[in-house]
Amino acid sequence: MTRYAQELGARFMGMLQMAGKIVFLFWDIMRCLVRYPIRFKLLVRQIDFIGAKSVPVVIITGGFIGAVFAAQCEFQFRALGMSSAVGPVVAIAMCRELGPVLCALMIAGRVGSAMAAELATMKITEQIDALRALAVYPTEYLIVPRFLAMMISLPILVGLAISCGIGAGYFVAVHILEVPGVYYWNNTEKFTGDKDIWIGVVKGFFFGLIILLIGCHKGLNASQGAEGVGLATTESVVDAFIIVLIANFFFTFLLNAIL
Amino acid sequence: MSSPETQAAPLVRLVGVEKKLGRQKVLRGVDLEIREGERMVIIGRSGGGKSVLLKHIIGLMQPDAGQVWFRDKDLAQLSEEELVPLRKETGMLFQNGALFDSLSVGENVAFPLREKGGISEHDLQAEVERALKIVDLPRQEHKWPSELSGGMRKRVALARAAIAKPALMLYDEPTSGLDPVVSDSINKLMIRLGEELKMTSVIVTHDMVSAREVGDRIAMLHEGRIYCVDEPKVVLESKDPIVHRFVNGISDASDAIF
Repeated sequence: MTRYAQELGARFMGMLQMAGKIVFLFWDIMRCLVRYPIRFKLLVRQIDFIGAKSVPVVIITGGFIGAVFAAQCEFQFRALGMSSAVGPVVAIAMCRELGPVLCALMIAGRVGSAMAAELATMKITEQIDALRALAVYPTEYLIVPRFLAMMISLPILVGLAISCGIGAGYFVAVHILEVPGVYYWNNTEKFTGDKDIWIGVVKGFFFGLIILLIGCHKGLNASQGAEGVGLATTESVVDAFIIVLIANFFFTFLLNAIL
Repeated sequence: MSSPETQAAPLVRLVGVEKKLGRQKVLRGVDLEIREGERMVIIGRSGGGKSVLLKHIIGLMQPDAGQVWFRDKDLAQLSEEELVPLRKETGMLFQNGALFDSLSVGENVAFPLREKGGISEHDLQAEVERALKIVDLPRQEHKWPSELSGGMRKRVALARAAIAKPALMLYDEPTSGLDPVVSDSINKLMIRLGEELKMTSVIVTHDMVSAREVGDRIAMLHEGRIYCVDEPKVVLESKDPIVHRFVNGISDASDAIF
């Protein structure tokens, strides 16, 4: 029993420590943003990796989720004679929840893990020390370009996922399940507002921040050896998933109240 | 050679440096002075904290106790960002090269000059070409670090560390894992860099040939302290049992076998 409590305590302390380190990392990034010129070449490379190369997976994720969601809604709403209400339901769900969350999970898996693995490898092969020895501040050189690229890319990717979801929902409902297209679209426009889109984009922005900070933190704090790299990678994905999902719950209430 | 007392002031001075890594106390109070312009060789057992000591000299590690003076600054008191300008005067060759995977060989070598700025692309390429020729790797600019052998990586890393002509160069086992001919060329290169560019060098090694050839003085790190510092001849011919055993590679393994 005491052992169990001890372990729980250690876990809790570990979490607090991680949170502290992440806050410092964030503060360091902010300082570097003000103090150093932006390295555009690295930024472009990161935008290409984080943003451009994620487009296909985000299109597939958004599209298919929108498609199945529209289909399931239609199956249920048909009995009530409300098939044309599928449009706004899909649109609002995509904007507010499914688009940002699923897009973030995809990016955490594709980009957050790669970031953690790359930084961890750089750490264990002394490349980060080499950078420091060559009079370059690692946060400025390694983290800031990734940060900016993530902050630029993720809201756009979320927008893309939302559009693809709504588009695919329309296609499935109207062309496969034969819901009248004009009603479907009219209802979608009528019940979906700027607020819904803003909620999606703002969530995307913060999820991007979460993925970035966790990926970089795990990479920079990896322990030695190949095992350390592997651990950093998996932990970055699992932690990012969990924190995104929990944060999403609070964002849902917060953003609904303030926007 | 003039007597040690009349020589230049110390460029680096370590006073009572202690460092614990995990549970192990690696450095237990290291005192060492490195004079301007000299080539100081640090020898000692593997895993004895030589690399750790080297990393303290350039501020990559902070001591738990003690001071690390570089000119008139105590590195132990400086933040990571305050160390950055000081590191422009230093270069370090890492044990396995630590080349940046994401950059080509040429870009790796060009990195310090690019960071410094104020040099045209044409001059930069010429400098890189020259540096690679010096380390005997001409026309390898477009290769990637992953395509190079261990020895080649090390030589590229040497070119990268030396290209900005730092005042202080630190070498972490520059000749380990290299064949004797390449080792010799690295030794000669370290001597030339020291003499022609007036670089101060600190060389961590357990290659005794290299230590004899390159060192102006040899310091032996033993059980976390500097056991002795003297000219190579004195150290290598020392009758002290610990030094003698190390220098001549005599183990104290028991006679038992598995």
